[in-house]
Amino acid sequence: MNIVVDLNRCQGYAQCAFLAPRVFTMHGEEALSYAPAVPEDQQEHVLRAAAACPVQAILVGEEAGADAG
Amino acid sequence: MQGEPREGRIVVVGASLAGLRAAEALRDAGFVGSLTLIGEEPQPPYDRPPLSKQVLLGKVSADRTGLPQRRRVDAQWRLGVRAIGLDPIGKEVLLADGEKVPFDRLLIATGTRARPWPKPAEATLDGVFTLRTGEDAGRLAERLDAGPERVLVIGAGFTGSEIASACRERGLAVTVAERGPAPLVGALGGTLGALAAKLQRAHGVDLRCGVTVTELEGDGRLTGARFSDGSRIDADVAVVALGAVRNTEWLAESGLAAGPRGVTCDAGCRAFDMYGIVTDDVFAAGDVARFPHPLFEYQLLSLEHWGNAVAQAEVAAHNMVNPGPRRRPHLTVPAFWSSQFGLNIKSVGVPTFSDQVVIAQGSLKDARLVAVYGYRGRVTAAVSVNQAKALEYYERLIETAAPFPPAPGAADRIESPVPVPSDVPDPKTLSHGPTVALTGHLPDRRLTLVQPAR
Repeated sequence: MNIVVDLNRCQGYAQCAFLAPRVFTMHGEEALSYAPAVPEDQQEHVLRAAAACPVQAILVGEEAGADAG
Repeated sequence: MQGEPREGRIVVVGASLAGLRAAEALRDAGFVGSLTLIGEEPQPPYDRPPLSKQVLLGKVSADRTGLPQRRRVDAQWRLGVRAIGLDPIGKEVLLADGEKVPFDRLLIATGTRARPWPKPAEATLDGVFTLRTGEDAGRLAERLDAGPERVLVIGAGFTGSEIASACRERGLAVTVAERGPAPLVGALGGTLGALAAKLQRAHGVDLRCGVTVTELEGDGRLTGARFSDGSRIDADVAVVALGAVRNTEWLAESGLAAGPRGVTCDAGCRAFDMYGIVTDDVFAAGDVARFPHPLFEYQLLSLEHWGNAVAQAEVAAHNMVNPGPRRRPHLTVPAFWSSQFGLNIKSVGVPTFSDQVVIAQGSLKDARLVAVYGYRGRVTAAVSVNQAKALEYYERLIETAAPFPPAPGAADRIESPVPVPSDVPDPKTLSHGPTVALTGHLPDRRLTLVQPAR
């Protein structure tokens, strides 16, 4: 599972950093830092974080081009 | 156009953010024909913003920033091969491996590449880097891991400043050389440029403005650099952050309006040919496109922004599979972000399209503020520093061409109620490119804006 956060939308509510702290961390007071490739054991947490984001800035999907030949 | 717009062959050249999002949007819009994505880099689409932040800090490995795909795009991926030409009559894309890929409709999303150091012998010294691709970021992160004595960053635009920030966070000695009067000045103007300079120095950056690097020294390995003011430093790593070059050379013989400033297209992402006639079957999106924006007096804008790549790709895809009257314009208000030196900087609108600026909320002293930019009495941009939640309000002001300076209301207090000149410099005086290029003229002075020739 891979994620990308639309940081234009992100307003630093930090819900994701509470729900999946191994994937999302605050960097400074309001900038978000995250790991784009989600470890297997964090996927549930990340899905919860994506659902909880007040501005729906977290996009989840399989890594693009997985079907690339 | 062959047959129904939802059938036929679509080729997307450029397999990065814009290309991927366009492919997804084409399928979302009901395109059932054949879809081919051509990418120069061997790996599938990945996200670039983390490269100058998480990756340089060593928190994420450079090969782990792959972009998520949100639906099946059912495409033929041609990765690791460069497009070298376009035959507009035969409707074929020519690839470096000799293959010709036929299309009914084409999307050009070839983006930009890092502007290299202009002297090839110096550019190939061991220790000299640029930062644009995942491979670049991986190599640079590895070198930073090894603990260099001093890193020289050439150019203090967003990329250069983020690199300097990451180096300082790692405790490395950093010198930043900027030809303009301050960091970020090309994108944000004089007021926030001065704040950025203060922050860099407070974080221990050896910041040198108003100078250029005249020579990178070394014999096989980089050992130091000389500056235009006569000074020199020892450095074992140099990162060239001089902005980007648009990947349009492959279109030179195509008859399209494509050149160093990008591929000119209309508001619906349809590319123009060299005579200014709009094409029916060639579209452009992302960093490589330049398009007229009504909020900024229909000046042609080139935006090197993540959000623009996404929004413009979606509009291009929609228009590729819909007949004329159902087509949509790309009118998104430009927006971007940066994080550096512990601060979250976000922008909406076009700060370089301004003659004045006012600190509408917060203060420069606290490095927590919203700066609002105006042009001839209307709001054209806002930039927040650690105050991101306020930006949506200003975005509305930009969209409605609200009067500048903005009335107090959302403002908690006004530190400097009197607007001051925005001091947006001519890009020719910068060592890097601004992230928004107005390819007409600056609004408050008549200047021809060109990407600095190197």
